[in-house]
This record gives sequence, C-alpha cells and structure tokens, in this order.
Amino acid sequence: MPHVTLTVNGKTHTVDVEARTLLVELLREKLTLTGTHIGCDTSQCGACIVHMDGVSVKSCTTLALQADGTSVTTIEGLAAADGTLHPMQEAFREHHALQCGFCTPGMVMSAIDLVNSHPEGLSEEQIRHGLEGNLCRCTGYHNIVKAIAAAWPVMHGKELVAAE
Amino acid sequence: MNAIFQGIGASVRRKEDLRFISGRGHYTDDMNKPNQTHAVIKRSDRPHAKILGIDTAAAKAAPGVVAVFIASDLEKDALGGIPCGWQIHSKDGSPMAEPMHPILASGKVRHVGDPIAIVIAETREQAKDAAEKLVIEFEDLPAIATVRDAIRPGAPIVHDEVGSNTCFDWHIGDKDMVDAAFARAAHVVKLDLTNNRLVPNAMEPRCAIGDFDPMSDEYTLVTTSQNPHVIRLLMGAFVLHLPEHKLRVVAPDVGGGFGSKIYHYAEEAMVTWAAGKLKRPVKWTCDRTEAFMSDAHGRDHDSVATMALDAEGNFLALRVSTIANMGAYLSTFAPAVPTYLYATLLAGVYKTPAVYAEVHAVFTNTVPVDAYRGAGRPEATFLLERLMDVIAHDTGIDRVKLRQQNFIPADAFPYQTPVALQYDSGDYQTTQAKAMEHADWAGFPARKAAAAAKGKLRGIGMSTYVEACGIAPSKLVGQLGARAGLYEVANVRMHPTGSVTVFTGTHSHGQGHETTFAQLVHDQLGIPMNQIEIVHGDTDKIPFGMGTYGSRSLAVGGSAMVKAMDKIIEKGKKIAAHLMEAAVEDIEFGGGKFSVAGTDKVKTLGEIALTAYVPHNYPIETLEPGLDETAFYDPKNFTYPGGCHICEVEIDPDTGVTSVVGFTAVDDVGRVINPMIVEGQVQGGVAQGIGQALYEAAVYDSEGQLVSGSFMDYTMPRADNLPNILVGTETTLCTHNPLGVKGCGEVGAIGSPPAVINAVVDALSGYGVRHIDMPASPQKIWSIIHAGGHKMAAE
Repeated sequence: MPHVTLTVNGKTHTVDVEARTLLVELLREKLTLTGTHIGCDTSQCGACIVHMDGVSVKSCTTLALQADGTSVTTIEGLAAADGTLHPMQEAFREHHALQCGFCTPGMVMSAIDLVNSHPEGLSEEQIRHGLEGNLCRCTGYHNIVKAIAAAWPVMHGKELVAAE
Repeated sequence: MNAIFQGIGASVRRKEDLRFISGRGHYTDDMNKPNQTHAVIKRSDRPHAKILGIDTAAAKAAPGVVAVFIASDLEKDALGGIPCGWQIHSKDGSPMAEPMHPILASGKVRHVGDPIAIVIAETREQAKDAAEKLVIEFEDLPAIATVRDAIRPGAPIVHDEVGSNTCFDWHIGDKDMVDAAFARAAHVVKLDLTNNRLVPNAMEPRCAIGDFDPMSDEYTLVTTSQNPHVIRLLMGAFVLHLPEHKLRVVAPDVGGGFGSKIYHYAEEAMVTWAAGKLKRPVKWTCDRTEAFMSDAHGRDHDSVATMALDAEGNFLALRVSTIANMGAYLSTFAPAVPTYLYATLLAGVYKTPAVYAEVHAVFTNTVPVDAYRGAGRPEATFLLERLMDVIAHDTGIDRVKLRQQNFIPADAFPYQTPVALQYDSGDYQTTQAKAMEHADWAGFPARKAAAAAKGKLRGIGMSTYVEACGIAPSKLVGQLGARAGLYEVANVRMHPTGSVTVFTGTHSHGQGHETTFAQLVHDQLGIPMNQIEIVHGDTDKIPFGMGTYGSRSLAVGGSAMVKAMDKIIEKGKKIAAHLMEAAVEDIEFGGGKFSVAGTDKVKTLGEIALTAYVPHNYPIETLEPGLDETAFYDPKNFTYPGGCHICEVEIDPDTGVTSVVGFTAVDDVGRVINPMIVEGQVQGGVAQGIGQALYEAAVYDSEGQLVSGSFMDYTMPRADNLPNILVGTETTLCTHNPLGVKGCGEVGAIGSPPAVINAVVDALSGYGVRHIDMPASPQKIWSIIHAGGHKMAAE
C-alpha cells in the first residue's frame, strides 16, 4: 500500500492509503479531522475545501497521493493555539453567515483564499463570483457575502475606522 | 456595569456557532463506532421493472463483505413496510390507496433509486465494489413520471394491487356555492399552471448508523433526522417491531433539512435491523447522486385555477383543480401536503366568499414526494398570486389595487375562511404598504426606463400571502387524518447550583434553537445565557417530542417551554414562601428573583434550586424535593404568518438571462425573539424560492429516468445568482399561544416564487406574455422573446 507524508495543521503525518483514496477521506477517516465535509460527488458544493500550500482545493477531487509533501490547512487549523479565532471565523459568527454549519468549513476556507488573493480590494460582485464553487442551502449567501466583506480589511490590516 | 440585553428581541450571536466555525460540529457521518461495518445500497437504475432474480453469490464472496441482504431476508423476519403518517379520504368516503412501501424492493422496482439490496462490508470501498457484483435480472415495464401521464387511460399502473394510479380524489369547500357564484360572475379568469418538482438538497447528505448492544438488548440509531422521536415511533412500532424502551434514536448536529429529513426512510430501518443481525454497528452514508434519487422530492402539482369576479373586481368564488404527484410510494406526510396544507390556504389573504378545490393525488414511477420548505403553502401561494396578476392582466384592474380591494380587512380578525381555517390575526394592508415603501414601488417606472436605455427589460412583481404553521392542534389534525398528535414537549431541569438544562422535543438543524430558546429561558427565568443549556435530538434524554417542521419549534415547542417554566416558578414560589416565612400569594417572581411583595426580602432562583435539592429547611410534608418540570403543549390553532414580497428583475433579451436585482420581504411572523436569526431564516427561504422560480427543476424524461440527478444537472442557486435580500418585519401577535409567536422558517420560500415570476412576466409584458411556468429559465425566456412570444398570449 502506498503511503503519503504530509503536514496537516502544522503536524507531519505519514499515512498508508489506497491509490484511490481521496484527500478528504485521508483527513476525515485517517486523521479524524471531520470538520472538512463531503456534500456532493461531482466537485460542485465546496464543503470539502481545504488549503494545500496556501491555496484552496477541493479535497474531494484531490487524491491523497497528490498531497504528498504538501502542507494542508483545514478548518481545525485556523484558530491560533490559544483559541483566538481567525478573522474570517469571527466575521462568520458576527454576521450570522451560517445556519446548519455544514457548508461553513468549506465556505470559510474558500473565503480566506478569496480575500488573500485580492489585496487590492474586493467588491460585492467579486465576492459573489468568488463563491461560485461553494453551495449553501440555508443562508441565501446574503450574510456570507457580508461576513467576507467585513473580514477583508481585518485580514489586510486595514481595519476601517467607524466613520461611515 | 450594564449587562448586555440578551432577552426577547435581542440579536444575540449564536451559541452554536463556535463549534461550527471551528470544525467541531458533530454530524452523523463524523461518528464512527468500534467494530463498525459499512453499508452500500444497491438501487434500481430502472424506473419500473419486474425483478426476475437476484444473484448475490459474487457479491457475498467479494473481499471484506460481511453480509448481503435482499427483500426475502427481511421477509423472514416479517418486517413491516414504511408507514404513512396521514390518511386522506376521497370524495366518496373511501380511504386513500396505501400500497405496501417495502424497505427493499420486492418483486418489482417502481422508481429509479428504489433500493434492492444492502451490501455490508468492512470498508465502504469494499461494500461499493461488492455492490457492483450483484447480478439482477429485470423485465422492464413501461413507466410514467408526470401526473398527466398517470391519469391517461391505459397508463401503466405503478401498484398493480391498487388497480389505478389514483391514491385519492379529495375535495374541500362548498361546490354548489361556488357554482352559483360563477353563474352570476361578470368576469371569469382561468389559469393553468404547474408547480415544479424540486429536490430539497440539504447540504449534509443523509446518514444512518445502526447499533445493537447484546448486553442490554438495546438498539441505537444515529440518524440525520428533524424528529428523532417520530422515527423511533414509526420504525419501532411499524417496521422493526421493537419496543420504544429498547430503541434509542439520536439526531446530532444535522446539516439542513427543509422537510427532507422529517420522514422515516428505509435506510434507517435497514441499518438498525442489520446491526441486530450482525451484532456489529452498520453505517450508511448517502452520496449526493444517491440523495437525488432517494430523498423525498417536493411540490410537483399541475393545477387549473378559475376565479369568478363581479363587475367591480371583487372576488366571488375560486375553483381549483389540482393533480398532485405522490411519487412511487407514500412518504410520511405526503398525503397531507396537497390537501390540508395546501387547499385550506386557497382563500389566501382575500375575502373570497366561496372556494372549492379538488385534489387528485396519483402514483408515478418517481421518487416519493413529500413536504419541502413550505409544504403545500408555496403551491397555494404560487397559484393565488399568479392568478392575481393574470386577473389584473385580463381585466385591466391595477394589480396592487386588485389585491387591496379584496384583502381581508385588518379589523376582520379572527377571520373564518371558507376552507376550514380560522386566521387569528394579521394586517395585510400594512405589510403590503411597508413592502412597497421599502422596495420603492413608486420609483419603478424610472428604473425601468433606465434599464431600457441599457437594452434590458426590467420588471417588478408582488406577492401577498398568508400561511398556516405552528403545526398543529392534535384534535383537529386527528380529525383531518393525522395518525399522530402534534403537541410539543419541554423539560426544564434546574440544577442545584442554579444553572439549567432545557430538553426540547424539537430539533435544530440550522434554526439556531440553542440560542433562541436560551434567550427565551433567560428572559423568563433570569438565568445568564452561559448557564443555560438547550438539549435536543436524543430520545434517551428528552421525554418526547414531535420534532421540527412546519415552523412549529417556537410556537409549539417554545410554548411548552413557557409552560414548564411556569411550573418551575410556581413551585419555586412555594419554596420561597417557606424560606421567607410569607404566604405563597405574596411571593412575586421577576428577573430571576423571588420576593415578598412590599418587603425587601429576596431569594434568587439559584438559592431556591439549591434548597429544592438540599431540602434541609423545606416544606417536605407538602412539597416534593427537586426542581425539574415537564410540560406538554398542544396548540389551540395553527399560526398564520403573512406578508408581502416584492421582486425586481432585469432580463437580458439577447440571452434570456434573468437577474434578480432587488428583493424585499416584509413578513409578519408574530413576536420576534432574535431578529438576526429571523432575518437569516427569511433570506434563506427567499433564496430557495428564487431557486424554484428561476433555476431548480427535478426533471424526469418520458421513460421515467431522472435527468437532473446531480449538481451537474440540477441548478442550485449560487451566490452570484442571488441579490441582497431586504427583510422587514411587521408584527401582529398570535392570539392563542403564550408568546404571540407565529413562525418564520418557511415564509421566505412561500411568498417569494410568485413575486419572482410576476416580475418576470411584467418584464416581458411587451411580448404579450400572460404566464410562465417555473423555472423561468433563460431558454424559456429567450424563446418567448425570439420565437414569436405572442403565441403564449393566446392561452
């Protein structure tokens, strides 16, 4: 059985996998990191999104073998060691951007990559386009869009002074 | 220091969010039990076929396989079929046809997705591989998917023992009165319309883990359910014949339901039964593609609506004829949806004096159809609110004025409709006026002109609705055919040190009960939010409950909680009277404190709780120790949220693509506990309504194959398909529950679809369009614009 060595949330693991094992299965079943979810089987819903070397990937369409030698961050790895939440996690809570919570881990991981990759700014339209790979059935996206817009200045160190 | 107000009316941030945003949610598929096996279900890829033989030998011999079960294995244990929870009687008094709904298909498959075999192996991959090795010999039969095909003479019959495809042929209302009104009508306006079939698609696929403990002879089912007690009752009593005290059903964090997780599904019975057979846990997790062909679908009506009006545009009578698709088998609440949750709402917000509706429910070779967010009320609202705009179109009466002149006036409540329901409160004029103000209805012509200058077609549409939720008074629904009571249960358990655990029979799968209910408890008992724990979803912990659907949790479950808290206060007063040497009648309670009227003597609820559990100085002769109270609450009536939704769209005539550019919802949901959560519920409901109106359709081909069977083919609304949704509330209180609450879970999905289609039709008014069925896809609209849309006007 082949094995992969990868770093997940800062910890290195070597895991035996089948050739067909998906990254999401490795995370959920071998490492019991069940925060990453499986919502579909056609790579449409984005509930499985994690960061691989800092970039969001759908872990349901990534073979575990492809993750060999990479550094993976999952929703469990976002908060600081002392429990301080990532600004995107905070924004989701503050703006009621989740209801059932099932799409939330993938949504948060996707949103962080979206904000990171747009240091120049992010319009509502860009946020909505940027979420094309994530499905949410509960919120109508309204509050997710608000949360991401609110997290952008915090993540880019440009926290707006309340002067509007 | 001022405490932050967290009681009724505060947008408290949700208690449950921390675990969800940290990846610590606890969904069924996140759980694994020691020595667990994995089940995969072999499903029919045929819509309708005889099963001539199943060869399981190769599958049983495949690596890792523990067992393969087919219908004959279940029959040896005399297992029952999946029961239906509601019985409808036809016009002639005969009960509905209720054919056997087997756990595994026996002799015949009746829809694509019908389960045939369960394959259990050490790993899920091994079970999948082995399922491929099952050899099933079929004899294909002709199939039907649509209601029109189902009633065609000579149509293939889904259940041979029924003899036709009719499940029931039911009616409501005064036919003679309606006929008489039509005879004297100045105008008669008729509309044919369909309500498109939908797939609920909660983001968490269903999952079930069965377990059996040979030490105690107890079964446990962990399942993605909106109502674990109902599953225990149905599965225990009717399918597996297990007594309730030996069967525990747990519904942990559940990732959305929208109705689809109300029902008792065959897979729950399979894994529970198989766990007993194998003496090992059995876990099944649904794939999304599998969910498309096994989760109950929603809607699927084909209707004709006709309104009789006098010369001034006053409604005289409404006649409706609907054919409703039940699918291949009766799901748990299916017969109630197109009858008592639909036709009883056909008066809508209007004082139409006479209404008569006939509903013909039919079997087809499709996935069972049952309640989906709104359940019957969206179908009624779509019919009525499309009819309003068509009446305006045909008679030339302004669509806003037409509605206003026919509204039930605000001073007419309680209002008895001609179709059974009595609305307790509402103010449709005010919600309409507010919505028009928020949406700047008056400014629309300028926006239309600006859009036209850019080459876009802009339209605006309105829907004014009422719905019935807070389900439901047990006696009434019993008379109407429900086979269960629909009360709710709460247990309020004060702990000796002053914190409290509240057990509710409702279930939260996104609604935020852990917060809303905690606010309610905080408000009533004065206990700090962090000292309140709300527990749901476990039949071993909670006395009983009917679960969450029909926007019942706060109206019914919250009322039960209020009743239980009243008992806590009542008993607390007796303890406080003893401690403070006062008469019980002189004890007052407020802000978490018992006081003696007119004195400065005070005991906190915490002190009283401690005394109740450490009863050294206690009226032990007359009062039991402890402070733990349970209440059952059976509602006196449904609740009746109502409101007005306004949608504004822009259509690109070159592509036929519709953009929703504005959406305003002003809803009367009664008293609001947490405005943030209410807004979120409305926004989510509206998104599903826009999805139904513009994007979503479960499509079967003429041979019964499910064409839109994955997210590749079924259009789910995405972030860039939806606008910001402006939500307002306007409150009239429910008059018959202690909180004055009505319910907000479904209003978004009920009010919005006709507002969207009315806006689309308005945008296309230059093309002579009178009606468009949902979803108003770009292809449909492009065809109207580019291929002689005037044909559509001639209907």
